[in-house]
Amino acid sequence: MSQCYHTTLGERTYRFSNLAELMAKATPPRTGDRLAGVMAESAEERVVAQMVLAELPLTTFLNDVLIPYEQDEITRLIIDDHDTGAFAPLKHLTVGDFRNWLLSDHATREVLTAVRTGITPEMAAAVSKLMRNQDLILVAKKCQVTTAFRNTIGLPGRLSTRLQPNHPTDDVTGIAASILDGLLYGSGDAVIGINPATDNVAQSVKLMRLMDEVIQKYQIPTQSCVLTHVTNTLEAIEQGAPVDLVFQSIGGTEATNRSFGFDLSTLAEAEAAAQSLNRGTVGRNVMYFETGQGSSLSADAHHGLDQQTCEARAYAVARKFNPLLVNTVVGFIGPEYLFDGKEITRAGLEDHFCGKLLGVPMGCDVCYTNHAEADQNDMDNLLTLLGVAGCNFIMGIPGSDDIMLNYQTTSFHDALYARRVLGLKAAPEFERWLADMQIFQDVSTYRLNDQLPAAFANSLRHLPKEPRHGA
Amino acid sequence: MVHRPSSPIVVENPWERLNAFTDARIGLGRAGVSLPTRKLLAFQLAHAQAQDAVHCSLDCEALEAELTDTLNLTASPIRLHSLAQDRATYLQRPDYGRRLSEPSREQLQQAAASGQRFDLAVVVVDGLSALAVQQNSALFLAALNQCLNDDASDWQLAPLTIVEQGRVAIGDEVGALLNADAVLVMIGERPGLSSPDSLGLYMTWAPDVGLKDDRRNCISNVRPAGLNPEEAARRMLLLLKEARQLRLSGVKLKDRSEDNVLEGDAVATGFKDNFLVAD
Repeated sequence: MSQCYHTTLGERTYRFSNLAELMAKATPPRTGDRLAGVMAESAEERVVAQMVLAELPLTTFLNDVLIPYEQDEITRLIIDDHDTGAFAPLKHLTVGDFRNWLLSDHATREVLTAVRTGITPEMAAAVSKLMRNQDLILVAKKCQVTTAFRNTIGLPGRLSTRLQPNHPTDDVTGIAASILDGLLYGSGDAVIGINPATDNVAQSVKLMRLMDEVIQKYQIPTQSCVLTHVTNTLEAIEQGAPVDLVFQSIGGTEATNRSFGFDLSTLAEAEAAAQSLNRGTVGRNVMYFETGQGSSLSADAHHGLDQQTCEARAYAVARKFNPLLVNTVVGFIGPEYLFDGKEITRAGLEDHFCGKLLGVPMGCDVCYTNHAEADQNDMDNLLTLLGVAGCNFIMGIPGSDDIMLNYQTTSFHDALYARRVLGLKAAPEFERWLADMQIFQDVSTYRLNDQLPAAFANSLRHLPKEPRHGA
Repeated sequence: MVHRPSSPIVVENPWERLNAFTDARIGLGRAGVSLPTRKLLAFQLAHAQAQDAVHCSLDCEALEAELTDTLNLTASPIRLHSLAQDRATYLQRPDYGRRLSEPSREQLQQAAASGQRFDLAVVVVDGLSALAVQQNSALFLAALNQCLNDDASDWQLAPLTIVEQGRVAIGDEVGALLNADAVLVMIGERPGLSSPDSLGLYMTWAPDVGLKDDRRNCISNVRPAGLNPEEAARRMLLLLKEARQLRLSGVKLKDRSEDNVLEGDAVATGFKDNFLVAD
């Protein structure tokens, strides 16, 4: 059902041979789209593409699918699960009208929640391409996506953090030291989540038990996750391991996910298995997904689509399985896909907006690698913008330095900065715990305790005398 | 709450001594909730050094000589180059880094003209840290050679190759051209602030151009302060043996090398090393 799109500007006629090309060329510039050979050839062509896109009815995306229905289970998911009732208030709109509508006073938090299941990833991606950064922030701020397991994440005025205590050899004392540091800086309400250095079932189970013991001993209203392959976590569940959340990296095409070694049925099986453990206390959201622009291209599975549209399609996968957390790891992929601080910032805001619009509990790993043209100042900017936009959660890591994954993300200090300047709080259950444990002198004024809280002072007395490894 | 004039401007963390147990930047202290100046500048210096490491190039002559000497090679390693001519191109065109240049392809075709099959091709690739390759290749390969020699079954090794401006997947092309059943890529990982010297190991069974990540198994962080070369070699041998037995690699071949190091009581009761839960 592919059709040609064209327009005339002055003397010149611009042609876009199909919807995928039109969307790619309407996308703000980034290295990944250049690498894929789908980027606009000039600044003028980009704006012309945006103008053509603005005139398209939203219904176009239901009829002219970007990847054929027969070839891709994510296209099938998007089309089969589309809620025509929820779409009714939007169905007469063009993409350009849709931007106006989203910004208008008609689109309140309640209305945006009601239309969510009527919006497809392609509609979200298309409208985002016409939006300025402030538009992406303003509309995302109006969307609220709340989830729960042992605490409630995504409430207005809250900013949660994933405590990420990674260690290059999964050393237990090293991991425990980073967990302690994070907790004492008020981090960890979204999840305590470890990327294992050795990615196998036995190691994952070992790390799951480690975190479970800490959560139980200190009665922390949070959840743990080992970021290993979904099939490893399924095996761990079979072995009786204490699994709170199931992790998986996901992409927006079936071929991307196959290259990651799973399909939608694997995720369904995983969600059911984790829910069967009944480990949540205030909710049943048991999945933790990570995404990021460029993953489909990197797996040579992008079908000629631009990377931002592929990314938005990943959120259709996410929302199918009721995740607690979805994290766009925006700068991790490197300068091959997002070259510098400006491209990373734009992508982070697009991902957060598209995710929230589609009803996904979006957080962001505000990050960069050492081969990207980016630095701490770029991260300060994106963190502040996302805090304003109502982002559900960010990462928390000692001093911004992930010594296992070799990249920089937001620190425990950074999260406290954002909470202070923007008046944001941790998840309510966790905030009470921070006060009860005397980690803060005064939670309401963000004053940390200058002294070591009693419960943790006791633990420090059990430290081994000598480091086990020559650290 | 009134600020007491006697309290310090920079608050030190009483758990700072935990630094002896990890390279993570813990116990940094704070000015308000922000980084103290000294810690801020230490970070900036580390970032500057890591950025410099990305742009440092591989000293091929030195590496060749070291490998030939350490491994008692009868012939020098074959030197190859990807399609990416320089670092700037390499950083923006990962597709170029995954394929051999035309002269390199021809060179390998000649080297493999006899049609002889090999059990394993080892490919040394600069990746994003030439430093990692320069410092860790010989140590790891010596340990791996030892493991392969001690193994009950025979391992026929293809000629050793060194690739400049390469990405992980370039090993599949090298392995295929050399008629190898399996390929092992040793590559410099993206430099971290605390680890500019980390080597990654990627193994593929039946290497061929165009294979995806789900066909590879990875062992990461091989460096003096990370996974030591002997342990990395031991784990790699286990992966190789399992790949050879099952004739596959990747997601379907799970790394079970850790299973035998877990102690029974530790599995049941948790970890005595975790001071946070000690009684």
